[in-house]
Amino acid sequence: MEIRFVLNGKETRLDTAPDRRVVDLLREDLGLTGTKEGCGSGECGACAVLLNGESRLGCLMLAAQLDGKTLTTIEGAAGDGRLQALQETFVRCGAVQCGFCSPGMIVAAADLLGEGPEPGREAIREGLSGNLCRCTGYAKIVDAVQAAFETLQGGPNP
Amino acid sequence: MRDVFFPESLEALWPFLVEPSRALLAGGTDLLVKVRAGRADPSAFICLERIAELRGVREGKRDLWIGACTSHAELIGHPLVERHLPVLHQALRRLGSPLIRRMGTLGGNLCTASPAGDTLPPLYVLNAVLELRSRSGVRQVPVGEFITGPGRTRLEPGEILAGVRVEKPAGRQVHHFEKVGQRKAMAIGVASMAALLRFSADGAIEAARFAWGSVGPTVMTCQPAEALLAGERPSREVFERAAALARAAVAPIDDIRASAEYRRTVSGNLLLRLLSLHSVLP
Repeated sequence: MEIRFVLNGKETRLDTAPDRRVVDLLREDLGLTGTKEGCGSGECGACAVLLNGESRLGCLMLAAQLDGKTLTTIEGAAGDGRLQALQETFVRCGAVQCGFCSPGMIVAAADLLGEGPEPGREAIREGLSGNLCRCTGYAKIVDAVQAAFETLQGGPNP
Repeated sequence: MRDVFFPESLEALWPFLVEPSRALLAGGTDLLVKVRAGRADPSAFICLERIAELRGVREGKRDLWIGACTSHAELIGHPLVERHLPVLHQALRRLGSPLIRRMGTLGGNLCTASPAGDTLPPLYVLNAVLELRSRSGVRQVPVGEFITGPGRTRLEPGEILAGVRVEKPAGRQVHHFEKVGQRKAMAIGVASMAALLRFSADGAIEAARFAWGSVGPTVMTCQPAEALLAGERPSREVFERAAALARAAVAPIDDIRASAEYRRTVSGNLLLRLLSLHSVLP
């Protein structure tokens, strides 16, 4: 079927099997390999993407569901203030080890940043609880998300 | 390759249901995992997300109606749910993970009918009534009758779960949900309990409702414990007796997550935990 959607700011029209998983469409058909696949069953969060600005799991969504929507992946970070701020603080805080979980972490954190006031460390941990980091680098990931909140709210920026 | 259909109204939905090999797709958090694991093989998907009649929360004089395709995250953010149905709100916040809650729906949790479904114990204690719709009409079924076994419901072919109706609790009430799992997020419960206590003006328990998840083939209730507490003033002694009745009533199994004996003990302990709430034992 033909689907039309906005992908990372660009009007996109493509022909695909309607039941193709979004993560496969992105990685295999479009070459956008920033979105990762970990478990394929919604447990690890590595495939998280933003659909109309909210987080979704790319392994549990079908291509047909994208029709008429706006999809942002980590490759679209430059055009999304939240993703961009998070990318920068992830680098600054050393929140990337092997990097496999980073795109999903950043997307999940962007959803959290969209929800309002600075949530505090415990709420950040809870907000990222659907994303696994097998390097177990959680402390610095939480630091980075906290720093991104400060950046976006014009707070302390070392 | 499977087709994916997107009806945009109930009227447009009915013709798709004539073919029973097609699967209804709500949030996809259970169905698409099953399909990938080879445990379901539908001929096509009927995606419900664009049917506005199945979404949202509406307030009536005495009750709330929740559309079956409303996501868990939408319900958590809904002021009417937080204000009137705290026991459901607490359970929603423990369900899956933030990512799963963005996708999964209340109706999906009910139709999956897992004994570990986190929204089920709250809906049991709230006496939720489910609205089932088909081309030929509507019927109302209490949640306890809707679920008949693990993964089994009373949905007939050609019928869908359209919404959930819950009376707004009135008077002084205590709502409580607790889940014991191996980690906080993405944990299938070892045991969970929803409780709703209604108090009279003089501080006695007027009515008590309890429901346990993950300790039987469906949600477990314990009428004897509820009857024991009705009319009593909260005290450790009377709650100990109710907890003993609860341990006798549940029907847990041994599995990879916990032993039956542990689950039985925890079921009673979850009831005793109510005593640590300031609102129960001041």
